[in-house]
Amino acid sequence: MDALVLQLLNGLDKGGAYALIALGLTLVFGTLGVVNFAHGALFMLGAFCAVAVQQLLTLSAQVKDPSVTFFEAFKEVPYLEIWFGDAGTAIIAWSLPLSILIAIPVMLLIGWAMERGLIRFFYKRSHAEQILVTFGLAIVLQEIIRIWFGANPIPVAAPPIVSGSADIGDWLGLGPGVVYPWWRLIYFLFSAIILAAVFGFLQFTTYGMVVRAGMRDRDTVGLLGINIQRRFTAVFGIAAVVAGLAGLMYTPIVPPNYSIGMDFLVLSFVVVVVGGMGSLGGAVVAGFLLGILQSFASMNEVKAIFPGIDQIIIYLVAVIILLVRPRGLMGRAGVMES
Amino acid sequence: MERTSASRDLILMVVFTAAVLSMPIWLAPIGAGYPDLLQKFAIFGIFAIGFNILFGLTGYLSFGHAAFLGVGSYTAVWTFKLVSMNILPAIIFSIILAGLFALAIGYVSLRRTGIYFSILTLAFAQMAYNLAYSVLTPITNGETGLRVLRDDPRILDRVLGIEPGDVLPTPELFGLRTIGYEGFYICAVFLIIAFFIALKITRSPFGLALRGIKSNQSRMNYAGFNTRPYTLAAFVISGMFAGLAGALMAVTDPLAGAERMQWTASGEIVLMTILGGAGTLIGPILGAGIIKYSENIFSAFNEQNLHQAFSFLPDPVQDAAVSIASMFVGEGWHLTLGIIFMLIVIFLPGGVMEGFGRIVKWTRKPPAPRATQEVRTAG
Amino acid sequence: MDNVVLHVDDVFKSFGGLHALSDIDLQVTEGRTHAIIGPNGAGKSTLLNVCVGRLRPDSGAVVFDGQILTGRPPHEINQLGVVRVFQTPEIFPDLSVLDNVVIPAIAKRDGAFAIDLRQSMYSERSLTEKAMVAIEDVGLQDHAHQEAASLSRGDKRRLELAMGLVQDPRLLLLDEPTAGMSRLDTNRTIDLLQKFKERGMTKVIIEHDMHVVFSLADKVTVLAQGRIIAEGTPDEVRGDPAVQEAYLGGVHE
Repeated sequence: MDALVLQLLNGLDKGGAYALIALGLTLVFGTLGVVNFAHGALFMLGAFCAVAVQQLLTLSAQVKDPSVTFFEAFKEVPYLEIWFGDAGTAIIAWSLPLSILIAIPVMLLIGWAMERGLIRFFYKRSHAEQILVTFGLAIVLQEIIRIWFGANPIPVAAPPIVSGSADIGDWLGLGPGVVYPWWRLIYFLFSAIILAAVFGFLQFTTYGMVVRAGMRDRDTVGLLGINIQRRFTAVFGIAAVVAGLAGLMYTPIVPPNYSIGMDFLVLSFVVVVVGGMGSLGGAVVAGFLLGILQSFASMNEVKAIFPGIDQIIIYLVAVIILLVRPRGLMGRAGVMES
Repeated sequence: MERTSASRDLILMVVFTAAVLSMPIWLAPIGAGYPDLLQKFAIFGIFAIGFNILFGLTGYLSFGHAAFLGVGSYTAVWTFKLVSMNILPAIIFSIILAGLFALAIGYVSLRRTGIYFSILTLAFAQMAYNLAYSVLTPITNGETGLRVLRDDPRILDRVLGIEPGDVLPTPELFGLRTIGYEGFYICAVFLIIAFFIALKITRSPFGLALRGIKSNQSRMNYAGFNTRPYTLAAFVISGMFAGLAGALMAVTDPLAGAERMQWTASGEIVLMTILGGAGTLIGPILGAGIIKYSENIFSAFNEQNLHQAFSFLPDPVQDAAVSIASMFVGEGWHLTLGIIFMLIVIFLPGGVMEGFGRIVKWTRKPPAPRATQEVRTAG
Repeated sequence: MDNVVLHVDDVFKSFGGLHALSDIDLQVTEGRTHAIIGPNGAGKSTLLNVCVGRLRPDSGAVVFDGQILTGRPPHEINQLGVVRVFQTPEIFPDLSVLDNVVIPAIAKRDGAFAIDLRQSMYSERSLTEKAMVAIEDVGLQDHAHQEAASLSRGDKRRLELAMGLVQDPRLLLLDEPTAGMSRLDTNRTIDLLQKFKERGMTKVIIEHDMHVVFSLADKVTVLAQGRIIAEGTPDEVRGDPAVQEAYLGGVHE
């Protein structure tokens, strides 16, 4: 029972990441009609926002180490600590949450540049060409990151106050000893909040209503004299921010490297298809569902019965769904069928 | 009219054969005349020709074709281990097994079209890749990769009285080595055969039916075609080509690793086909050649070469030039590849072949009368 | 002896609550041209779609020459000799006009599936010649080597007709073959279809244009709101008061 609960929790944070990326993919596909293979790169860029901020804040000077007395030793001390003392240390400790403030405008800018600079020229071209050009863009983006930050994963620290594990056994009545990393809980909550925010935005603002209407029937809404295109561009920006934040917050869980976006993208596409192309709710449900399934499949008891199931479960589910119910869990029939 | 087209194909075949066989000569001046690279040209040429039958002719974008390449390589190495170091059984088994895999995956995947088909093939290839790294380790030898060992059984060789010596045996074709130029010529012969088959397919009624499917599949059904077996046949044929390419990889270097099946490898073959010109006969081979050649050139550069290349510049400018250029070479080759690829898709979706076509049209264009030119500039 | 080649037997079809077709019973005699007319929304296109297997009726069956068409995939229906000419041109836009017509000819000769790499299209003279005959029949011979997408709308419709004719169908279903055509083109199409009638081809035509119906049809069936309200020779139907009310009277053109 404990193991099941833990696996469920394990699935939630990964599922959260899938859901956030898949949501963005679906938004972009639904509004702009573009299949964006560079969406995973946005996740990766968000993660590297956190890396960049951390590296910036920990820029260090060589300072004589007073604790070593019998020869001249130097140690690296961040400028922030030299200038601000303990306050500086605190700022560095909180670099990850701080980087959110940087990442939002940066991701908006990147999303805007991508949409205006490239994607909009591909609205009218075939899906195959959209896939190909965004695939090329993804390669370019991840190579730029690799040149700048190297190929190795770079660890990013969560604030120390949440770096330990929560004693969830007590809360859930499972008894003591069942612990779970704080940050993973935070990630799940964070993804839930972002999802709620996006859905709230689409549901309750006029802007969001126009976007939803446009997703259903673009031509009619266009006839009403509403400039759909401008709103859709903004949607791309939102999707970029969502993907970026998903990547940024994921850094303490898996240290990012340049190719993390592609790994998540492939899975997220599968998630989108399982959820139903063009269905926002489907993307979220499928994201969590597949995250949890994957985590259950990696239990030793399951692996003993089906060896290797943890490696293929997501793809297997996707194959079955596509064959049995091609429109996905919650999709409308006929989307991109021909 | 018809006769000239048929004889033109004959000329194409002759010129192609001559060009492939003389590659070591005419590619030498650009530094590509050495066996290792030539082998790659031929092997990826075969892979691309096969992929083009599915993507270029039939219009199905598979994102999982590397799986068949991997199956081909593993089968070939296993045949080396169990049957014989002669490459013929290895190649035959590889093609058959890759074909069977393609039959199974294609049967399922082809129930869907468009992006759904792409995702299905991607999913199958990722499953194969993940399994090769995990539970299938007894078959694939996991991350180490599968290799030939000195004391493998090699039944056929034993029966024929070929005893393992003290050294690690190498693949051979009735005594012919499979490395160096011999290796290239073996691959070249298969490339020519592959090209010939592709030409036959393209020109046949079957090929025309495949193009009809790419153009308007539902109309094909109403015209009386059962399109499912057509697409499946195209899928299996292209899978067999991939299996052959994978086998030849093992022939020239008897080692098989799972990274050959990764989806980036599937992406690479898409790039090659598009770059050269999907749907054309020569294009995919050109694309494979261009990418493998550039990879070779670009990744060989390092800062020292660059400093030499830019040595005519004054020092500070030289440093700047080197640091900019170094982003695109060596490890940064993939960046160059990504940029080239984007430019091709944006400006030249028909690939290099479309580029040639445009140049030919431009040079042959009769001088237009003044009036129409004015109209055109006005419009 | 009149030989019934197509029998639409008691077909019902509804979409949601809407009865698109009810109680349709239709017999088409071999060698004749049978027109189906009716106001917009009468269910004409639905009926045609049921005949070619695009739609499955809720009940009833379509029988062609002793074979039940209902529930069969489109390619089998085509292979039986039932060919449909689409109203909105369904062509192969990026292939040449000639290839567009050769493709159905291949299906006619080789069946629903065949792989034969021995023959190249260059040596398939009989196929090409047959296709050229069909192309000349519809008057597109000057465009034979042009890309089909570059044809005008009217020419695309004629191409569509050639794609059907090249298969020498036993039953040709035409969905408003002259809609959107000029009077001149319409007359040419009528002449063409009359020529094929002499060759003994059975045709079912859905048509709006009375001029076409009365110049071609041997028998007319009038649909209104998914039901057959009248059937007979063109003259009989023309004089039928129910038809005038439902259709001719309703148009007021």
